Amino acid sequence: MNRFSYLKAGNIGEAVSALASDPAAQIIAGGTNLVDLMKYNVTKPSLVVDINGLPLRGIETLDDGGFRIGALVSNSQIAYNKEIEEHCPMLASAILAGASPQLRNAATTGGNLLQRTRCYYFYDPSTPCNKREPGSGCSAIGGVNRIHAILGASDSCIATHPSDMCVALAALDAVVEVQGPDGARDIAFADFHRLPGDAPERDNTLASGEMVTAVRVPANGFGENHTYLKLRDRLSYAFALVSVAAGIEIEDGTIRRVSVAMGGVAHKPWRNQQAEQALVGQPVDGANFEAFAGALLSGAKGQGHNDFKIPLARKTVLRALAQAVAGTPQIQAEKAIR
Amino acid sequence: MLQNHAPTISSLHPVSLIINGEKREIEVAPWTSLLDLLRGPLSLTGTKKGCDHGQCGACTVLIDGERMNSCLKLAITLDGAEITTIEGLGKPGSLSAMQQAFVDHDAFQCGYCTPGQICSAVGLLKEGHAHSREEIRELMSGNLCRCGAYVNIADAIEDVMAQQAKEPQA
Repeated sequence: MNRFSYLKAGNIGEAVSALASDPAAQIIAGGTNLVDLMKYNVTKPSLVVDINGLPLRGIETLDDGGFRIGALVSNSQIAYNKEIEEHCPMLASAILAGASPQLRNAATTGGNLLQRTRCYYFYDPSTPCNKREPGSGCSAIGGVNRIHAILGASDSCIATHPSDMCVALAALDAVVEVQGPDGARDIAFADFHRLPGDAPERDNTLASGEMVTAVRVPANGFGENHTYLKLRDRLSYAFALVSVAAGIEIEDGTIRRVSVAMGGVAHKPWRNQQAEQALVGQPVDGANFEAFAGALLSGAKGQGHNDFKIPLARKTVLRALAQAVAGTPQIQAEKAIR
Repeated sequence: MLQNHAPTISSLHPVSLIINGEKREIEVAPWTSLLDLLRGPLSLTGTKKGCDHGQCGACTVLIDGERMNSCLKLAITLDGAEITTIEGLGKPGSLSAMQQAFVDHDAFQCGYCTPGQICSAVGLLKEGHAHSREEIRELMSGNLCRCGAYVNIADAIEDVMAQQAKEPQA
């Protein structure tokens, strides 16, 4: 780990001005991803700004029935919050599908959004990686790329975003509250993470000096018909090969509202709202879901080792929609495909 | 950029921690992990270093009552926290219920992962989200055992869970 200086921020303004004045500064909250990256010398901050003392630890119920989750709320606190379990259970389910209990106890909401890719080459400073070292090349293209993106990738990067929580937040149309040198602003979840394009070093659309202060989850979070289905190499404590967060509202056999986000397939949670709109007003049936899965995966491109993800993702979308319609039990231990 | 913060870069920072019930005033470098602090200056070598990357769970301790990977915590960020390590759970002759259950069920072979397994299991019981063997297995997935003592580890935890159900103070 490199040597760095340390600042314990006394308020948000202090954290933001420290970030803005030093492009090599990094915020630390739970530390579960940052400390790991620092140990591999992937991230070498000059200054670590500790925000653990800031009052960002609350889960508030908003007047409209939605929630505001502070940036320092731990993953476990969200997953086991009674109100969240009742009103947006998909979020709790997604969080419990990720990491381990120890990590979920330490990891924060803001940190989950800002975690870096798990691409093997990004983690290995002895190999070229455009995300870690812009302009150095991408080792995953033509390399070992079983876990990599099938959608929205570019010639410079085929990394995926590793979060489970973010897949549910994308499906729930969450809003990210940020604060920076120019004040506070909201970023729609779909606009928070970005595709790699020719600047894969940028995972998200935060401006220089901006930090995440909270995430708002709107009301009507698919309390009845939802699922978070995650397929991975083992049933627990592994990153997704493909995951799907699906919520659906059905009235007399007709789809009233539907939202589906995929994880493990792109540089950000993947949705197609046009295809979702096309399902509204249609009957709940397999042919409609098949067409939807086709639209969601349109443009999918394998890189060799990950070609299997394309049919896998299609089947995962279909299975997730079937689970959501059926209101399948959401306990993680019951999701084994036997 | 580095020079802006130069005055603090090599300096030690005071941290106050309660470790196994004892208040400790310690000076740490910003890059010292809680794990390295425990095993080095504090000589609490019960907590083990396995992968040092949050993947194996051998370094699990309780921080303010919650199980976490001590390898991924910078000690400097924990000012004021209460830490419980395996040494704080019980001693030879006065083992805690979970330690005793691990002995009774032969829940280890080499024993290297055991302190982390036990701290994790104590955290799991305190959380109260496991109600079946399947859920114990799922919620212990952050602790690897390369000897493969998983069956007996789950037995030990189930045993203590059953004891607690009978007698809440156990």
